[in-house]
Amino acid sequence: MKFGLVTLGTLAVAYATPASAQGVVNVYCSVQVEWCTSAANEFQKATGIKVSMSQKGSGETIAQLKAEAQNPKGDVWFGGTGDPHLQAAEENLTDAYKSPKMAELHPWAVKQNTDSGGKTVGIYAGALGFGFNTELLAKKNAKAPACWADLLKPEFKGEIQMANPNSSGTAYVAIATLVQLMGEANAFDYMKKMHANVNAYTRSGTAPMKAVARGETAISISFVHDGVTEALAGFPVKTATPCEGTGYEIGSMSIVKGARNAANARKFYDWALTPDAQKLGAQAKQFQVPSNKSTTVPPEAPKFSDMKLVDYDQAKYGKSAERKRLISKWDAEVGGLPKP
Amino acid sequence: MASRAPLAWTVAGLLAAVALPWYALQEGLDSGAWLPGLWASEDHAGGLAQILVHGKWWLAPTLATLVACLVVSLVPATRERRGTWLVIASALGIAAFVAQGLAIGLRGWSAEWLATAFGELAGRQVGIGAGAAVASIALLALLSIGLALRGAFGGDAFVAGAITTVTASIVLFTAWPILRILVQAFQNGDGVFMPALLIERLAAEKIWTLRCLWGGGRCGVAWNTLVLALCCGAGTTALGLAFALIATRTGFRFKRTLRVLTVLPIITPPFVIGLALILVFGRSGLVNQLLDWSFGIQATRWIYGFQGVLLAQLFAFTPVAFLVLIGVVEGVSPTLEEAAQTLRADRWSTFATVSLPLMRPGLANAFLVGFIESIADFGNPIVLGGDYGVLSTEIYFAVVGAQLDYGRAAALGILLLAFALGAFFLQRRVVGQGSYATISGKGDSGLPTPLPDAARRAAQWVALPWAAFTFVLYGFAFVGGLVKVWGRDYTPTLDHYAKAFSIERTADGLLWSGAAWNSFWTTVKLAAIAAPLTAALGLIAAWILVRQRFAGRAALEFATMLSFAVPGTVIGVAYVFAFNVPPIEITGTAMIIVLCFVFRNMPVGVRAGVAAMSQIDRSLDEASATLRGRAPQTLVYVVLPLLRPAIVGALVYGFVRAVTTVSAVVFLVTAEYELATTYIILRVINGDYGLAIAYSCALIVLMLAVILLIQLAVGERRLGRRIAPPLGGRA
Repeated sequence: MKFGLVTLGTLAVAYATPASAQGVVNVYCSVQVEWCTSAANEFQKATGIKVSMSQKGSGETIAQLKAEAQNPKGDVWFGGTGDPHLQAAEENLTDAYKSPKMAELHPWAVKQNTDSGGKTVGIYAGALGFGFNTELLAKKNAKAPACWADLLKPEFKGEIQMANPNSSGTAYVAIATLVQLMGEANAFDYMKKMHANVNAYTRSGTAPMKAVARGETAISISFVHDGVTEALAGFPVKTATPCEGTGYEIGSMSIVKGARNAANARKFYDWALTPDAQKLGAQAKQFQVPSNKSTTVPPEAPKFSDMKLVDYDQAKYGKSAERKRLISKWDAEVGGLPKP
Repeated sequence: MASRAPLAWTVAGLLAAVALPWYALQEGLDSGAWLPGLWASEDHAGGLAQILVHGKWWLAPTLATLVACLVVSLVPATRERRGTWLVIASALGIAAFVAQGLAIGLRGWSAEWLATAFGELAGRQVGIGAGAAVASIALLALLSIGLALRGAFGGDAFVAGAITTVTASIVLFTAWPILRILVQAFQNGDGVFMPALLIERLAAEKIWTLRCLWGGGRCGVAWNTLVLALCCGAGTTALGLAFALIATRTGFRFKRTLRVLTVLPIITPPFVIGLALILVFGRSGLVNQLLDWSFGIQATRWIYGFQGVLLAQLFAFTPVAFLVLIGVVEGVSPTLEEAAQTLRADRWSTFATVSLPLMRPGLANAFLVGFIESIADFGNPIVLGGDYGVLSTEIYFAVVGAQLDYGRAAALGILLLAFALGAFFLQRRVVGQGSYATISGKGDSGLPTPLPDAARRAAQWVALPWAAFTFVLYGFAFVGGLVKVWGRDYTPTLDHYAKAFSIERTADGLLWSGAAWNSFWTTVKLAAIAAPLTAALGLIAAWILVRQRFAGRAALEFATMLSFAVPGTVIGVAYVFAFNVPPIEITGTAMIIVLCFVFRNMPVGVRAGVAAMSQIDRSLDEASATLRGRAPQTLVYVVLPLLRPAIVGALVYGFVRAVTTVSAVVFLVTAEYELATTYIILRVINGDYGLAIAYSCALIVLMLAVILLIQLAVGERRLGRRIAPPLGGRA
């Protein structure tokens, strides 16, 4: 017994290593994994705060935040498309915070913050466009699509893939873009016509671009920066942004409501808005447009200055009610149509 | 003897209430830092101190019943009386324990009506810790001892304990989380209870439309799921049977190779089969390119949709059917077949009228497993489904997709459960009340009859091309890890392996610098803990279900299947819902991952055990009982050795599934406990197939090694049957 106590005592001493003086921060990360890892490492280097990072898609993260709402385990939610962040703000899963770095950001990033009542902020943006497989198009002797109108050409019959808005935020951005560009009636008319050329509405938003890369389909409706990543991996992929104008997503960041390490969460938040932190995306071969104006951007990244952008109303189209309405309309009028 | 057991359990429970921290500790039990604060610190105090010093009066009833049990075990009484009092005291204790756990949480009362009924509560409590766990287990043990003393379960405390353990653990880790999430089907977005919503959600046209039969359009997901599952169940059973017959009843020379080959698909991380199928049959795949090049046939996308998913599922689940069937086919006693032949039945009618009907429980079980695996499968439909939606993908996207509609997910989950339930009852009807026992204590039972020629040829025609096909796919997968960019740049390289598994020699010793090592070791560790637990719990449950008669047996049997029928994602979210808040607060720990593995994979252990056990004649148990063997001895010395194939099956499956599960653990992994599959999935999402495949190959090698180890450790079942002399040139 005495021996047991002594052993336990020694164990207690051995185990009672002091926790890092700077503490920890738990980050739910919804960008690509290399980016997450380098962000964790660099932040740790810069501040001495230990980062516990788990990488999950934005849909999975908001599902987890909802499930954990009574007893949050995460502190910051870094990255992922803006709509779920806006939804989290709407459902009171995240906390408002005004970062001193806000002045250095592009207006669209700040607007994301004001739209959500200060509960989220833009960290990068990515434009919607087309990805196409140059080899397949050459084989078909078809010209690469440059405008939304091109997608209706008969030569692209069964060659286009886009995601299903029921499951994918990317597809929803596409619908919202078309609605803002053409007006609701015309947009749905357009999508009905395009339906004849679509071979599948995939469940995941990134799947169409991967299908283009592997030659499973000729054209995809995707975020253009994903195409750059595939092209750099050696696939015959090129991208274009539609001549009529296009929409974009705003990758966002939020602080979890009731975060256990709120102070460190704010430190991470401020740091993630600096140019030093934002250039890590490009280093991890992700080519979205960073939200801090002074972040350096590599030449291969798509630039907003080269595109025609619609004045995308993130606040209106990020609301759950509007989203539900448009998606069920799409379901009834487009998704359920027979295959030609 | 009988009165010493309750005394021991009571003392254990009371000791735990005094000398272990009652609540969960932030820093974990192993740090030992709680010892000094056992009385004075609110975080670290034991149960008694919590009541006396820290004002947690609601723990008092539980501890009082433990004291009552102490009195009951010490006071002399008849068996019957002691049993009755033990049952009363411990049942009250458990009720009090559960009630306070559910009623009082992190912020005092956990429901509003409690606060209005009793007024604000000053105290609060976190999740249960070591002290509370041991005390509640002691109460459960006392309950089962009490029941046994009263003569329930044949008066056998071991049987009573086994039943209580299995029931309690299934209620806690399967039924409770699933209920938590299914309740959502009746609630609207704000958590208001509205039963009519369920009907509205279930009757949706999108689920049930039959438009594909006439006039084009797509059929509802319910029909898609059902058709796919029926085809998959039938297909896997037929293929599994063909392999099982070849492996046991023919002189086929490469049986061992065949066995390894059939096991390969289960030890493959889920999406590898899908990706390999795309590379072979996809539009830019080998077959299409070849057709295009040689005959100018336009490449098509036929692999995406029903056909592709079915093909991948057949690949993935045939081995499971094989594992279920092999024990059964081996177990069919040659005696009956010889008897039939003595009665002048030819080989074919012997096979058709004797052997095949005796395999019926195995066939029905294999079908059930194939059916349920198919409806719960997520990986294959997501990779190959294209437009073809099934319930599991629909549920996944209702939870994580753009809709974020838990209510819809739960309603679809109920539908999925209904399908599983239907299959389950159908299986019971098919197996019926007949007796399939062919392993009895009687001596030599003759030689297994070789298959009739027609059946043998059919089995070989089905199985051998399938095996060859498997070789092709795996060849592809293996090569994929050794080239630069799979499908594009076929320059050979070892880079992917180096990136994942490099080890550097530094001044301080070896540095495991590869990117995969962390998740690799976590996976190995957790799977190694989960596999034996899965097998043990599964086989004990099977033994209870087949050998013991008690009220609620059918309900228990169904409950064991529950977690299997629910798609992994739903289980994952359900676990977060149920175990993120007190009374049981274990999210973010390794424990929750292990529990998820165990309760998700246990059903296969149960099915294999039930199938195998219904073949073992009850007279063997009775013989053991006549020789004064008690239930534990019978189990250990008689039943278990005859169950060796089932044990191997359950252990292998438990380990392999723990290594290859993705969807269920996606919500449970943390940076600290990252798993191999979640790491690989991220690579795939990233388009980094080379590394994903290299890692998968390493996992396959690991699992093969573990399977061989398990085979060696458990050994083969010796039935005392003669082995047929080699059949010469017949193959």
